[in-house]
Amino acid sequence: MAFRPAIAPGLTALTNALLCTDEGLSRGERELIGAYVSGLNQCTICKNVHSAVAQCHLNANQETVEKTLSDIPHSDLSAKMKALLSIAQSVHRGGTYVRLEQVKLARHLGATDFEIHDTVLIAALFSFFNRYIDGLGVTTDDTPETFMERARRIAEQGYGA
Amino acid sequence: MAHIHLSEQLPGIRGLMAFRPETATPLNALAEILLRSDEGLSKGERELIATFVSSLNDCFFCKNIHGAVARFLLPEQENLVDKVLRDYQTAPISSRMKSLLAIAEQVQLGGKFVDADTVELARLAGASDLEIHDTVLIAAAFCMFNRYVDGLNTFAPDDPDMYRERGRKIVEETGYVGSSPK
Repeated sequence: MAFRPAIAPGLTALTNALLCTDEGLSRGERELIGAYVSGLNQCTICKNVHSAVAQCHLNANQETVEKTLSDIPHSDLSAKMKALLSIAQSVHRGGTYVRLEQVKLARHLGATDFEIHDTVLIAALFSFFNRYIDGLGVTTDDTPETFMERARRIAEQGYGA
Repeated sequence: MAHIHLSEQLPGIRGLMAFRPETATPLNALAEILLRSDEGLSKGERELIATFVSSLNDCFFCKNIHGAVARFLLPEQENLVDKVLRDYQTAPISSRMKSLLAIAEQVQLGGKFVDADTVELARLAGASDLEIHDTVLIAAAFCMFNRYVDGLNTFAPDDPDMYRERGRKIVEETGYVGSSPK
């Protein structure tokens, strides 16, 4: 974004609108969807950052979040959240892979239209960010310490603060 | 029928934008910056990349809207858009544009699929860093827009005239910032 500053405000606004709200899905749940899709796309930078932000929101440690993301069906997540992550997994493959039965199941388990909408858009957003980061070979010079510090700042103040 | 209840009968992404205005504004701002600039890549070339990626993602709505915009912006060569979608390697476009579409094709598969040789080839064909950057960004962004539109199974009309008229309107009147329903 430093290379192309014109796009930064739009991307930051989009990220904040989607991830920094507790309307429907909580901030922690939103970050978890982002981290999960980034993992599926093997985008390590995005996965690590958004797992760390999820840890802050969910008051969980790294091990718990790692374990959750590596085995969603056997995790402690709610049935509704598992159904939403299955939709996110399909979105990661492609929009046309989302089946009506998946959406019906999520709704049956209590997901609202708003939550289903945001799940699809968050999964789509990370399908975008992961490709942007890895497509240009972006690397990070974060150390584990600066990295956690950054995640805490994001959790408290949002993106681009 | 769409997977969620969209109150207005607006096609494709427009119904979604009416459903969630908080995300519609930055999404339209992003489309405007990505597609409505002639810095490096021309507007027509940008729309061609968007159409190409939407076609690879099998997104009927985005492919037809951006195809219509690209046809409007690149009128010199008849059926150019269709030729690119059929086989860009034999289409009547520059070798620079072919090499950029090769990058876009890899981005569609995933960020990790972009290899250094393909980028080097684009550079040898005369593409600048800005053009390579914008190609990756446009291709990646359409992997979002396409998933958003199809992941919620939005309605896409069949009528080619609808897409032609929307394409003209986006180019001549509204751009993307002014295209979302109030």
